Amino acid sequence: MPIEVLMPALSPTMEEGTLAKWTVKPGDTVKSGDVIAEIETDKATMEVEAVEEGVVGKLLVEEGAEGVKVNAVIALLLEDGEDEGALEGAGASSKTESPPPSASDDADTSPAGGGGKESSGDDETLSSPARGGGGREAAGGGKTLSDPDIPEGTSMKEITVRDALRDAMAEEMRRDETVFVMGEEVAEYQGAYKVTRELLQEFGSERVVDTPITEHGFAGLGVGAAFGGLKPVVEFMTFNFAMQAIDHLINSAAKTLYMSGGQMGCPMVFRGPNGAASRVGAQHSQDFSSWYAHVPGLKVIAPYDAADAKGLLKAAIRDPNPVVFLEHELMYGETFEIPDLDDWVLPIGKAKVRREGSDVTITAHSRMVGFALKAAEQLAEEGIEAEVIDLRTLRPLDTDTVIESVKKTHRIVCAEEGWGRMGVGAEIAAVVTAEAFDYLDAPPLRVHQKDVPLPYAANLEKLSLPGVEDIVKAVKAVCYAE
Amino acid sequence: MASKSSSSSASRSGGASKKPAKLPVTKEQLLAWYQDMLLIRRFEEKSGQLYGMGLIAGFCHLYIGQEAVVVGVQGALEAGDQVITGYRDHGHMLAAGMTANGVMAELTGREGGYSRGKGGSMHMFSREKQFFGGHGIVGAQVPIGTGLAFANKYRGNGNICAAYFGDGAANQGQVYESFNMAKLWNLPVVYIIENNQYAMGTSVKRASSETELYKRGASFGIPGEPVDGMDVIAVYEAAKKAAAHARGGKGPFILEMKTYRYRGHSMSDPAKYRTRDEVNEFRDHKDPLDLARKKIIDAGWSDEEALKEMDKEVKRVVNESAEFAKTSPEPDPSELYTDVLVEV
Repeated sequence: MPIEVLMPALSPTMEEGTLAKWTVKPGDTVKSGDVIAEIETDKATMEVEAVEEGVVGKLLVEEGAEGVKVNAVIALLLEDGEDEGALEGAGASSKTESPPPSASDDADTSPAGGGGKESSGDDETLSSPARGGGGREAAGGGKTLSDPDIPEGTSMKEITVRDALRDAMAEEMRRDETVFVMGEEVAEYQGAYKVTRELLQEFGSERVVDTPITEHGFAGLGVGAAFGGLKPVVEFMTFNFAMQAIDHLINSAAKTLYMSGGQMGCPMVFRGPNGAASRVGAQHSQDFSSWYAHVPGLKVIAPYDAADAKGLLKAAIRDPNPVVFLEHELMYGETFEIPDLDDWVLPIGKAKVRREGSDVTITAHSRMVGFALKAAEQLAEEGIEAEVIDLRTLRPLDTDTVIESVKKTHRIVCAEEGWGRMGVGAEIAAVVTAEAFDYLDAPPLRVHQKDVPLPYAANLEKLSLPGVEDIVKAVKAVCYAE
Repeated sequence: MASKSSSSSASRSGGASKKPAKLPVTKEQLLAWYQDMLLIRRFEEKSGQLYGMGLIAGFCHLYIGQEAVVVGVQGALEAGDQVITGYRDHGHMLAAGMTANGVMAELTGREGGYSRGKGGSMHMFSREKQFFGGHGIVGAQVPIGTGLAFANKYRGNGNICAAYFGDGAANQGQVYESFNMAKLWNLPVVYIIENNQYAMGTSVKRASSETELYKRGASFGIPGEPVDGMDVIAVYEAAKKAAAHARGGKGPFILEMKTYRYRGHSMSDPAKYRTRDEVNEFRDHKDPLDLARKKIIDAGWSDEEALKEMDKEVKRVVNESAEFAKTSPEPDPSELYTDVLVEV
């Protein structure tokens, strides 16, 4: 049987083209790689190379022919030992392969091709997919998550958030020798914010690694180490600098498990202070919560107090997925009580009701939780009982706890330190509106940073960042109490 | 993978048909490499054909012309050594021992592919074969490969990582961040720059202030060498030396493979930035397969007829992979939600 040469598609969008020129004639011997024709596509003129070797038997399309469909037979090649007699009848049946399953026209439909679930974005968000990851996220694959019970008689001890984080790393490093810490100034300097204090002394320079100031490089190196079986804890001196490395957090760390069909997990933690410090200007003061919480394949944690910082960092280090762990510089020195237990680990993906109330729900994470609690106290004096939910984990987001609360309070204010547009509060407002619309007595309101880069001047900085008063004001607005 | 080369000169005097002078490799090695190169060549030709038929979509970067690079380097690696590269990766996967069926079915986006159809041409992996991708962002594989080497050193497993990148990626900042850390910590990594002379459509001299890319490690104290990347034996010898350097605790080594890709950057590249004469110069006079075939025949290690048979067998494997890739079903719709996170 002669070999059929088909009109090739030379771009993902090409459906037909012009056969501009033949560069071979019947009787010519061709080998694979030889140019046999030139084709004009919708974009350019391209050369067509032979894939098989043989003798050109017949050219079935004339030079200059326009509108030649992709996959039409354009020529016949005689194989070794065939003569022209073999050409009779061949090529007459314009053999067409089964149509391509996912031509570019179908690009907007589900990648799984026709059939199956045609998911419009909204449906997808609302339905509960069989497996975790899409839409509504249940961190534990449907399990009910709860904080561990604290045994009766457990004493509480006071500790700063800084030391709680340090202890979490030290305990996990003792427990698992594949855990190591790397970042700028984490070793000899004892941590730019002293979060890695004394780790070098205990674990040595093999496991507490000072890096050059090259975020892009060492974040990627961390990903490679995780692929190679280690559990890196990569510290960014602040998350502002992680923007130089964000390609590796998203393209390399978050997506590779999916792109590898489940083979290539990336068990690691990216941690460091996030959000506004004090008077350091716009480039060093940004909340990246919604940036990372946007990305499937990551887990994102933003704790408030010391117990959560410790319990969630330990959980993050043990988690087989890449975890972005957002700390807050202005919280490092704050002291909280923490149960004095050997192994304090908290579930990722579970919000915490920090104050119960019946009139309004306030959601917050990280440092804003403290402001929300203060606002709740003020409001209580005025007869408004606020329920304060500490989100703790932003991805997967514990929407169940939020919705349950709103069904009780009928009102919600979503507070965050970062910009409001496309933010964490926007997401929560959307989820609540979609899933608890009938329970709402007022539109959800957001509290967030003003929509400007953070200014340096003390008065302007104060005006820009959200605080207790902004929350109080928003709560009064949704309670129509003004 | 690693077979010791026997470069004793005993053959010089006698037994020319068994071992002729000067070839520093064995008959088995060279024949195996020739077959590997043939497999890549035929596989890529078939990929191009399936792309033309609309069965492969999106981006598809063919490796034709560069076969000697991966095959020669792979010959110098040992069990457990890792390989990582960019998006022109089909050859690397086949050289690492991944099956033609699995790679081709990934190209067609089918269930039988290495990533069950969810990765495509640029995103395939095999832990079993120590192949760590397949990375679509130019240069991203360099720090990741350096991290694999970091893990080797941390574990003291004696393995090295072969991290490939192109002449285009050689200008990426993250490459130099990686060079710095790799030398600072003497990590066991061999950086292989596949200089095929064009970063998409931009020639090296139009994009690089220093076009001798093997010198790029100089300011970090990393040794580098240029290599004739069209000659599988030259590649093997250079890679063996570089691997020994890295494995011996001396840190990274850079090999600049001077090579050439015959096809466009990707399937939709009309390649108007170079002349047909330039392409033909390589295809007709420097082709890595022709070069190896000539050496095999000159050495009396095989003949045209036997090599033709080998080609037939390779074509059979490739055709079978194409058939598999066409008939393997598309992934089940439920796969949409799997593998986003490792479930705990």
